[in-house]
Amino acid sequence: MYLLKNSVGRKIIMSVTGFTMLTFVIVHLVGNASIYDGPDGINTYAAALHHNSTFLLAVRLTLLGFCSLHVFFGTLLTLRNNAAKPQGYAVNKSLSATFASKNMIWTGLLVAVFIIYHLLHFTFQVTNPEISAFKHLDAKGRHDVFTMIVLSFRHLFIALAYVCGVGILGLHLSHGIQSSIQTVGLNSRKIFPFILKSGMILWIIIFLGFSSFPIAILTGIFK
Amino acid sequence: MNLTLYVWRQKGPDKPGRLEEYEAKGISPDMSFLEMLDVVNEGLIKKGEEPIAFDHDCREGICGTCSQVINGIPHGPQEKTTVCQLHMRHFRDGDAIYIEPFHAKAFPVIKDLIVDRSALDRVMQAGGFVSAHTGGAPDANAVLVPKSYANVAMDAAECIGCGACVAACPNGSAMLFTAAKVAHLANLPQGKVGAARRVCMMTDAMMNEGFGNCSNHYECQAVCPKGIRVQFIAKLNREFMKSQTTTRRD
Amino acid sequence: MILDGKCPSGPLSEKWDKYRREMKLVNPSNKRKFRIIVVGTGLAGASAAASLGELGYNVDAFCYQDSARRAHSIAAQGGINAAKNYPNDGDSIFRLFYDTIKGGDFRSREANVYRLAAVSNNIIDQCVAQGVPFARDYAGYLDNRSFGGAQVSRTFYARGQTGQQLLLGAYSALSRQVKNGSVKLHCRSEMLDIVIVDGEAKGITVRDMVTGKISSYAADAVCLCTGGYANVFYLSTNAMGSNVTATYRAYKKGAFFANPCYTQIHPTCIPVSGEHQSKLTLMSESLRNDGRVWVPKSSGDKRLPHEIPENERDYYLERKYPSFGNLAPRDISSRAAKEVCDEGRGIGSSGRGVYLDFAEAIGRIGEGKVRERYGNLFEMYEKITGENAYRQPMRIYPAPHYTMGGLWVDYELQSNIPGLFVLGEANFSDHGANRLGASALMQGLADGYFVIPYTISNYLAQTKPGKVETCSPEFVKSMVECEASIKRLLCIEGKKTVNEFHRELGTIMWENVGMARSRESLTKALKLIPELRAEFWKSVKITGSEAELNQELEKAGRVADFLEFGELMARDALQRNESCGGHFRVEYQTAEGEATRDDKNFCYAAAWEYKGPDNEPEMHTEPLVFENVHLAVRSYK
Repeated sequence: MYLLKNSVGRKIIMSVTGFTMLTFVIVHLVGNASIYDGPDGINTYAAALHHNSTFLLAVRLTLLGFCSLHVFFGTLLTLRNNAAKPQGYAVNKSLSATFASKNMIWTGLLVAVFIIYHLLHFTFQVTNPEISAFKHLDAKGRHDVFTMIVLSFRHLFIALAYVCGVGILGLHLSHGIQSSIQTVGLNSRKIFPFILKSGMILWIIIFLGFSSFPIAILTGIFK
Repeated sequence: MNLTLYVWRQKGPDKPGRLEEYEAKGISPDMSFLEMLDVVNEGLIKKGEEPIAFDHDCREGICGTCSQVINGIPHGPQEKTTVCQLHMRHFRDGDAIYIEPFHAKAFPVIKDLIVDRSALDRVMQAGGFVSAHTGGAPDANAVLVPKSYANVAMDAAECIGCGACVAACPNGSAMLFTAAKVAHLANLPQGKVGAARRVCMMTDAMMNEGFGNCSNHYECQAVCPKGIRVQFIAKLNREFMKSQTTTRRD
Repeated sequence: MILDGKCPSGPLSEKWDKYRREMKLVNPSNKRKFRIIVVGTGLAGASAAASLGELGYNVDAFCYQDSARRAHSIAAQGGINAAKNYPNDGDSIFRLFYDTIKGGDFRSREANVYRLAAVSNNIIDQCVAQGVPFARDYAGYLDNRSFGGAQVSRTFYARGQTGQQLLLGAYSALSRQVKNGSVKLHCRSEMLDIVIVDGEAKGITVRDMVTGKISSYAADAVCLCTGGYANVFYLSTNAMGSNVTATYRAYKKGAFFANPCYTQIHPTCIPVSGEHQSKLTLMSESLRNDGRVWVPKSSGDKRLPHEIPENERDYYLERKYPSFGNLAPRDISSRAAKEVCDEGRGIGSSGRGVYLDFAEAIGRIGEGKVRERYGNLFEMYEKITGENAYRQPMRIYPAPHYTMGGLWVDYELQSNIPGLFVLGEANFSDHGANRLGASALMQGLADGYFVIPYTISNYLAQTKPGKVETCSPEFVKSMVECEASIKRLLCIEGKKTVNEFHRELGTIMWENVGMARSRESLTKALKLIPELRAEFWKSVKITGSEAELNQELEKAGRVADFLEFGELMARDALQRNESCGGHFRVEYQTAEGEATRDDKNFCYAAAWEYKGPDNEPEMHTEPLVFENVHLAVRSYK
């Protein structure tokens, strides 16, 4: 397939897969916000999600596929890029490249590690089996996701891991959002500052939104 | 002014290179950067040492031959200025200046500060043209071009092909160079005919020549002596997507 | 010898058609059997190589730069003339022809100039088809402007970078042929010699500037498109690498060099700032539309410009030429600037400069309007000098800029050596004694796109392809000679650098064979140049070896040729006992300082033949016959 062989084609794949995952992240954030509605809120939401298992499987497989593509091509492009620039300069100066833009591969891989932990923790519930929602049901007989989350984030280390995880994701998105917009060509001189700004706002919302759960629970603001 | 220079010296393409220290004494602020190097070279020749080899030709900022990285920035600290147009009044007495060649895999060093940029020519040969035959062109006013399109095409066409974008890019990518040509021609009716083929051929050639991929650091735009904008890269991306959806390649 | 330009007979406007009707053609299937060498990839070279490649010939293109796109045609700012008459303001092919002939002070060949004017329209069509982004008006039509004092708006332009855009157009056409395999590019290759076999040009010897390897290339015809020789003055607006080597070495192999004394000095350049100066930068002449030129009235006045009161300023152009004032032609304003500086009234640290003052214009139309018109030029000026020309007057001084002389060619652009074609600034044919603004680009492209494809076929049709190979003795001899002369340079191991010699030669040329020449100064130059040359061959110092990239060696070879060529220039200027165009002899001027042409005795092109290192060259003439124009005397009073 030509798209996979061409430099721009590969970047478009990065952009499209990235965007899809970003959409998922936003939906995920909105869904998780139901925790602030108390145990009934998030447990209802979780039950609803699991109600249609075919749909859930399809979404999960799509995300898995996109994620693999994203990681695969991200690594491939980075390896090629490093090979194209074997030598740096004695004085290292960046005029517009940022820490985030230069470390996409590392923030990306760390996010991948975080996602694996996150899946093991909340989705497969193997890291902390004592609080697994599969095993504990709420008053209405549903998986007690609420209790699982609250009990988890009362642990300092788990809360910290989540804050760091979404922090790194934020860093990744701080470059990734505007970069993907540019890659699919949605850029012009007029909208460029707007793209930079909206990208910035979006990743800050995502970071603050996700980190609010562990922080609120750990500090006891939310019980 | 007296300056200390740390200059990249390399005997030949496969030889090792390193920074060597030189003193530049009695430099006038009215000198251009290259004239300062001329003075240093005259001194070296008199001492029987080999002068520093560097590429230069028009010395008025249009031919794109000069190619030096000064204190980590291709073409030096002044915005939108080639090395030959950079003047010593932008430095201070006693400054230490690091002078290196453009570094990228696609730009092997030939000697000292001279690199081989023929890879850029081969990217152009892959498709950076309109297939117009000599003779038989229709009257120049037969096809009208809206002023705004002509202006944008001209903005892109100002690229001097110096390769600073490649030198500045952490990925050694020639995307800004390629995009400037693609955007120049795609904005004109004359260039539309071959647009789909052009963007594919040129980006393929870019990859085959060992240039990296664009990851939107925008360093290229920051160092470009002609102010070529990264929005042209977005234009290239659009042209590429168009080529994949509207026409069969080849 | 009386030379014949071989112009077709018949009415002026039908000569080119007649030629094309009668010329011989090469059979399409035979074209690929022919090999053509093109030296230089500027406007003329790139367009010629691309067009010939497209026709099916095998082309080898050579340039000394690292890429074909870097030739100095790229630096032309103003524009390109064509007789399109789009503005409906009375232009025509004949008018462009007449303006060019008159601008050249009636020292060019009628038939050539008419052909140039006639194909000028095709050039614009061709360039637009290639995607050259010429300026457009709001309706989408091509925009024109008046340039260099022309009475019609016939100049097409692409911002201030017309030369760049046209060259990139030709370069893209060339790139297309490289991809097709019909043109092979040899960059970083310097031509050192032309190889003549049985009296015909059949190849060249080149030095690979990266490895130092000397090699020969054989072909069925050779096109030299190697530009002008203004760098004989050391300081000029030419690129650092521009040189006379290719044409001069062809001259040494028997090609005639015509009118070397015709050089154009441009009045609005940024002055020299010191000893170290390596290059002069041109600023568009349009600045004189609003700027006023002046110097202090008293010599040695070192006050800052704003400290000099109005009544102590000498607006000398307005004083001497009241009707044209600051817009007096290039040569007149250049000479006037030199005169006031010679009187010790020059400004700036070197005393070689005059003010170009915009204070009056800013007062009259406002700074905003001035910025709108000349903003980019003011920026460029500030970049180089660090001075803000809105606050203080600009400093300007004339600088060598273009050379009208070149190898002698006939109507077919073929030199007196069969098979050797010369195109663009390298030949002498179209601009006479002076070139009009925006005509250099036109000539380069006309020669490359629309003349050579026809005339070369007429020559090739009469030869057999692949007649010679590089193993023949002429090629071997040429290579041996080139290697020997390089060795000779490296063996000197003296004390002075190549640049020092070049600078000294430049001073001699500028002082004695520059804007104003006299019998005395030229005789002096003819004495000084051989002395300097002798010293060069005794005490030049070149570091490094021949088998590597060696920029000093490259420069030394070029300066060695300039040191011989300068003498030829002075000799030509000395024999031309008249003032015409870019050639001004102080002995031949009116009481008001106007140039006096001598049409009775000097209405000819002087073509010099090399007669060996120790002999004076022999001058041949080609009488210039004017059947269609009246030889007028210009006046700018």
